[in-house]
Amino acid sequence: MAGESGKIDPMHQFQIEPLAKLDLFGYDISFTNSSLFMLVVLGAIWIFMAGGMKRELVPGRWQMAVEGVTGFINNMMSSSIGPEGKKYVPLVFSLFMFILFANFMGMMPIGIVPGAHAFTVTSHLTVTAVLAVLSFGTVLVVGFWRHGLHFFSLFVPHGTPWWLLWLIPLIELFSFLIRPFSLALRLFVAMTAGHVLMKVLAGFVINGLNAEALWVAPLVSLPSFILMIGITLLELLVCAIQAYVFALLTSLYINDAVNLH
Amino acid sequence: MEAEAAKLIGAGLAAIGAGLAAGGVGNVFGSFLQGALRNPAAADSQQGRLFIGFAAAELLGLLAFVVAMILIFVA
Repeated sequence: MAGESGKIDPMHQFQIEPLAKLDLFGYDISFTNSSLFMLVVLGAIWIFMAGGMKRELVPGRWQMAVEGVTGFINNMMSSSIGPEGKKYVPLVFSLFMFILFANFMGMMPIGIVPGAHAFTVTSHLTVTAVLAVLSFGTVLVVGFWRHGLHFFSLFVPHGTPWWLLWLIPLIELFSFLIRPFSLALRLFVAMTAGHVLMKVLAGFVINGLNAEALWVAPLVSLPSFILMIGITLLELLVCAIQAYVFALLTSLYINDAVNLH
Repeated sequence: MEAEAAKLIGAGLAAIGAGLAAGGVGNVFGSFLQGALRNPAAADSQQGRLFIGFAAAELLGLLAFVVAMILIFVA
């Protein structure tokens, strides 16, 4: 948020800035703040997992935390897919952890260090779309691998009356093809909306404190600040829920591919 | 009407959708709680479905937000 004229610019936080310019065959592959935060997320997951995978006989706190997350994903997969869900746990676990850590990393108060800005990796459609394509591509590959062309029976649910055979597959096909878009869009918009909201409220607080009239600060800044604390807590909840929803929907889609209808 | 004014009015109208989605999400959790209080033993096994319903209802509110953002910043 630039200080000039106190105008709130909530979109500036999503700006991608190259930190090191790189060029490959005319394509811009610069190392940006987005890539930096992806590496930070990767490092955080690495530390979290490495600290808890010592396989001690009596698990300590850290190992319990890691086992809690893996057990959570494991349960989800086996309850929505069945015994065959075990095979897909690594994929869904990686997606879940990356999204969860990326969401939380964007909420970290890194901005208190002068010149540093937190960047939410998942607030960009390009990133979430790749994650969604990973999930959707897995469904396609698994579906065609296991069932061959019989996979298309996914579009004709059991018990479809013959006189609806022209309509139901069309609707099913549409709802199938829209899955990657809804997956990517949900995560991207939830993160973007939350951060825009917080930035606007933060702008209220700061502009109120800088205002000429003295009554503005207690009347505008203070309520905004209190509201912001609540919104921040809500945002943390949303971060976790969005990661969970992404993993849950991926597991349901894989269930479609593994067991058909 | 100026084009800029029409954009802002459209973005404001899109915010109605966000409010309606709030009703939808509230309905999902409210109905879940109603059912869960009647049969607490079955509540835990339905948590996955709760979040599927939440995700579906929330998505439409988020789409309203996207429409507003596109109107303000892109269109």
